[in-house]
Amino acid sequence: MRTSTYSRLAAALLLVAVVASCRSIPEEAPPAPRTVQPGAPGTQGQVVAPQPGSVIARDRHTEADVRFMQNMIAHHAQALEMSSLAPERAHRDDIRRMAHRIEVSQAAEISLMKRWLERRGEEVPDLDAPHGAHAHHGHAELMAGMLTPEQLEELASATGPEFDRLFLQFMMYHHEGALQMVEELFSIPGAGQETEIFRFASHVDSDQRIEIGRMSRMLNADG
Amino acid sequence: MRFETTFDRCGRWGARGTGLLLLTAALFAAAEASAQSFTPGGDSDPRVGLGAGWLDAEEASWNMDLVANLPKPDGFYNEDDPADSRFVNSDLAFQDDLVFVGNYNGFNIYDVSDATNPSLRVSVVCPGGQGDLSVYGDLLFMSAQETRGRIDCGTDGTPDLPVDPERFRGVRIFDISDLDNPVQVATVQTCRGSHTHTLVTDPNDAETLYVYNSGTSVSRPAEELEGCTDVRDPNDPTTAYWSIDVIEVPLDRPEDARIIDSPRVFADEESGRIDGLFEGGDHGEGTQSTRDTNQCHDITAYPEIGLAAGACSGNGILFDITNPAVPVRVDEVIDPNFAYWHSATFNNDGTTVIFTDEWGGGSAARCLETDEPEWGANAIFTLVDGRMRLASYYKLPAPQTETENCVAHNGSLIPVPGRDIKVQAWYQGGVSVFDFTDPENPFEIAFFDRGPMSDDELMLAGHWSTYWHNGYIYGSEIARGLDVLAVTPSEDLTQNEIDAAKLVRFDEFNPQHQPKIVWPADLVVARAYLDQLVRHDGIDASRAEAVEEDLDWAEGQDDGPEKRAALAELATQLWDDARSAEADGDQENADRLRSVAGAILDVASSMN
Repeated sequence: MRTSTYSRLAAALLLVAVVASCRSIPEEAPPAPRTVQPGAPGTQGQVVAPQPGSVIARDRHTEADVRFMQNMIAHHAQALEMSSLAPERAHRDDIRRMAHRIEVSQAAEISLMKRWLERRGEEVPDLDAPHGAHAHHGHAELMAGMLTPEQLEELASATGPEFDRLFLQFMMYHHEGALQMVEELFSIPGAGQETEIFRFASHVDSDQRIEIGRMSRMLNADG
Repeated sequence: MRFETTFDRCGRWGARGTGLLLLTAALFAAAEASAQSFTPGGDSDPRVGLGAGWLDAEEASWNMDLVANLPKPDGFYNEDDPADSRFVNSDLAFQDDLVFVGNYNGFNIYDVSDATNPSLRVSVVCPGGQGDLSVYGDLLFMSAQETRGRIDCGTDGTPDLPVDPERFRGVRIFDISDLDNPVQVATVQTCRGSHTHTLVTDPNDAETLYVYNSGTSVSRPAEELEGCTDVRDPNDPTTAYWSIDVIEVPLDRPEDARIIDSPRVFADEESGRIDGLFEGGDHGEGTQSTRDTNQCHDITAYPEIGLAAGACSGNGILFDITNPAVPVRVDEVIDPNFAYWHSATFNNDGTTVIFTDEWGGGSAARCLETDEPEWGANAIFTLVDGRMRLASYYKLPAPQTETENCVAHNGSLIPVPGRDIKVQAWYQGGVSVFDFTDPENPFEIAFFDRGPMSDDELMLAGHWSTYWHNGYIYGSEIARGLDVLAVTPSEDLTQNEIDAAKLVRFDEFNPQHQPKIVWPADLVVARAYLDQLVRHDGIDASRAEAVEEDLDWAEGQDDGPEKRAALAELATQLWDDARSAEADGDQENADRLRSVAGAILDVASSMN
């Protein structure tokens, strides 16, 4: 493949530079630039003096942020579990497609959340642990929109149009729960203010709202 | 002090702090050693397999050079986590020799009077993200969207929820008449904050400036900001969703800036429903899932042609802005390959518009070899009688790794006369320069790329924006600071074309307030057109040589009747050539011949 593509292309001779970085080392130090922090309109700002390596910002995150991420990982994991049932059981193509989409996007978000926690030295929930272990954490079972083991069983044993209907109903309920978790996050003083969690929670909110709307229309289309 | 800091940060991440001479020698050796054949996006594309690192990642470039890089200043990066998103570098604005670099934590102003040796002028701390900037005279506009934003630019966030009188989400206006001491003159609070904003000038009113605000995050409740409601229901006439904000700024009293309207620009004309455009979801088997249209993400205004292109989540929209206070939707498109309509750029003639799709939101790796080439790409539309028609897609041709966030992002035109060329940022996909003169056949002509931040994990970085300004390309690198790049001559872009582009100077440049490019009367413009004529086999080699000799002669002459007469004569000959080409059915080269003639006549008629 590599060779054939290569030989097929009658490329011109092109000069390519692959070089190492760090080329802008100044020869001499210019005067130190100012760092200022303006005030509210009508007031004067102040000069601040950041030290090399220091940051001018508040702490990155709160305990509530960490809890939100840990819980949302488990919440997403259940969505993956539900979606994984669709290829074998769903009757309608658009249901299979929706399930696939949820699976892809939520799997990516789980990686993002794990990264977020790891980088901050926080505990990452172990998704491979048996279900009993989840219960010990005490979060999974309490989260909004989570299906009970009985409901999961009901979904797993359904097929055809019955699966389609249940899948839509349960997934909409599950998504509503995620929206509620976001709402709760933003209602905790100081929480949800870190850039990354603000963005992530906002995305969860908008993405899942769209999917709820779509699933609701699919449910109606079913009659 | 600066030397030590820069040195330490480079050294710590592995690069060798050798002397400047040794380094230069090494660069030359590397460049020569690696000369090779490839086709952009082909298997031997040098962007594939670059070594990872923060400030010492391996680099590849083609037909462009990185001439300077200034890492982010103290207080604007976290050395323990270079991808710390509190300090993301974001969008750019330009004024004279100043580059304004937005940051989630404030902004930095750089002096680029020597573009190859930029220096930091002042750092301004004012958190709130994303720090989208525009500059207009003594005023600097800045977007803030996060709940941590404070009216006083404080860094402690806002503790009180749901209502905190100190919280700021909206458009900040600074007076920068004293550049070293920017002062806030106004804070225009908005319901959904400000993700991006766009300046819109009124050709008939120099006293008033308009700002279109695009808020994309959650709305706050009425208790915090009067007139807002956090209800997201299209049946609720008070909802802050499904609108944009129009801010009016009286230039003699900017402190009186205020929202004059939040028009329902997505409304269905017949039913009156405010959610009249795309409802969100996929478009059938194998299609992308697209966001719903309850917001614009970014709007590019082109006042000279009276139009703005709105990249509005689920739709690409064309607005008539001849009355900037009242943007009127005139056309909209959807696209089954688009996930999120993100930004737009017109060509100079206003006959083509490029929309970008920010699939994955910018923090995901969306340039994998396995990704559909039409996903996370640009869609290029032709504009005929105010209607958009899809012509093609353009995506960064070289695949990127799973640890590189990559998708179509911000860029601007490179003002080469006779061609439509755009330089565009692709996050960790780097910088891609492409020609879209023929909207159906875009192709890459230059690039610059760094290896990933890390081989092991995706760390947010890469180019947020790359824009051409007065001869150079400036890049805002999320984690690696300010880049300055220069395009170099190649088969696809001659020195004359580059020189002609460099003639175009703007005192002020806000990429989302697109200016009309006009080339000054200069023979290098004629030479650029002539090169294009040669490239497209529109002229005999001997004839081209003769024209070049005439131009050489003219450049050696003082202005005067003799030179003017000679240029007029040359232009007349070329005009006749154009007529012949037209008679032969070669309309495109006939047009090019007329462009050469026109550029020569411009010089002749500009003489005293």
